[in-house]
Amino acid sequence: MTRLTPGFADPVLDAQASFRAILEAMSRPGRIHRVDARITPPAPLCSAAGAALLSLADADTPLWLDAGDTVAEWLRFHCGAPITPDIGAARFVVACGAAPSLDALDIGTDEDPQLGATLILQVAGLIAGEGWRLTGPGIQHEHRLRVLGAPADFVAAWVRNQALFPRGIDVLLCAGDSIAALPRSVMIAEG
Amino acid sequence: MTQTDTPSPQAARQKWMAVLARASEQELADGLAALPTLPEAEVLRAPETGLVMVRGRAGGDGDAFNLGEMTVTRCAIRLGAHIGHAYIAGRNHAKARLAALLDAALQDTMRHDAVMQAVVEPLSTAQQEARAVEARKAAATRVDFFTMATMR
Repeated sequence: MTRLTPGFADPVLDAQASFRAILEAMSRPGRIHRVDARITPPAPLCSAAGAALLSLADADTPLWLDAGDTVAEWLRFHCGAPITPDIGAARFVVACGAAPSLDALDIGTDEDPQLGATLILQVAGLIAGEGWRLTGPGIQHEHRLRVLGAPADFVAAWVRNQALFPRGIDVLLCAGDSIAALPRSVMIAEG
Repeated sequence: MTQTDTPSPQAARQKWMAVLARASEQELADGLAALPTLPEAEVLRAPETGLVMVRGRAGGDGDAFNLGEMTVTRCAIRLGAHIGHAYIAGRNHAKARLAALLDAALQDTMRHDAVMQAVVEPLSTAQQEARAVEARKAAATRVDFFTMATMR
């Protein structure tokens, strides 16, 4: 039997603080924010990804994840979220290893674009000021972000995803306790 | 067919969880104090209070309806390899914590018998007696329409 570990120490305030960090990250695409969550999710989930899931996932959001049974059990216990083996049906997709293709995820419909999936992608590191050039809503001129360990064909896949607007996938990049968001409206060019 | 001869582990756990949920905080604290010290426990889900919809059914065959909402406090505690849960009526967080800790201890086969003997069985007996007293009091006020039956 795997050993369950605790979630947020203070479920209400910690979830609100994490939600605030995610909201800030989503409204300023590519800006790196720290999620100050005092949690230790089971490996390989990092604390930022764990906090994001505890804040966002619930019984109405099917999850797809590649992080193993311990993480699945932890999320089922603390969020009550159903785990689905069908990546196309998942509202949140958690990728700790190789990132799944963006094309496989649910992009929502023109009537209900908010139903598009959110990819929570765990990467090796986030560095501001170099790398990709981000432009679009929420960025005055240009913002630069280097994502260590991002999939090689990510920018090409993102261009296809961005063309689907208002449908599409939102991405939350997590590394340790830092997060940066790539909402579907942002444009990415190789730096 | 009923399975009264060998109750399933789930039914046994339901029974002791019900007894713990009905007991008072003081009774649980006294029971825990009487036991040998338990190892360090980890709180997985701190006590939290919410509402649960209680559903009822009129007669035995009526449709289920929502009777009303009830305040419930739940808690989950890990003791070694076992996870104890408690769902209790009301908003007593300390009681939910104690009930979850005792549920975890009861799942441990090494401790099960001692906890059953020291805590659950006395509480269960006391609760049954209280229920029987209540039933007797109620039975004394029962009206049998005996005269009407014989007059007809």
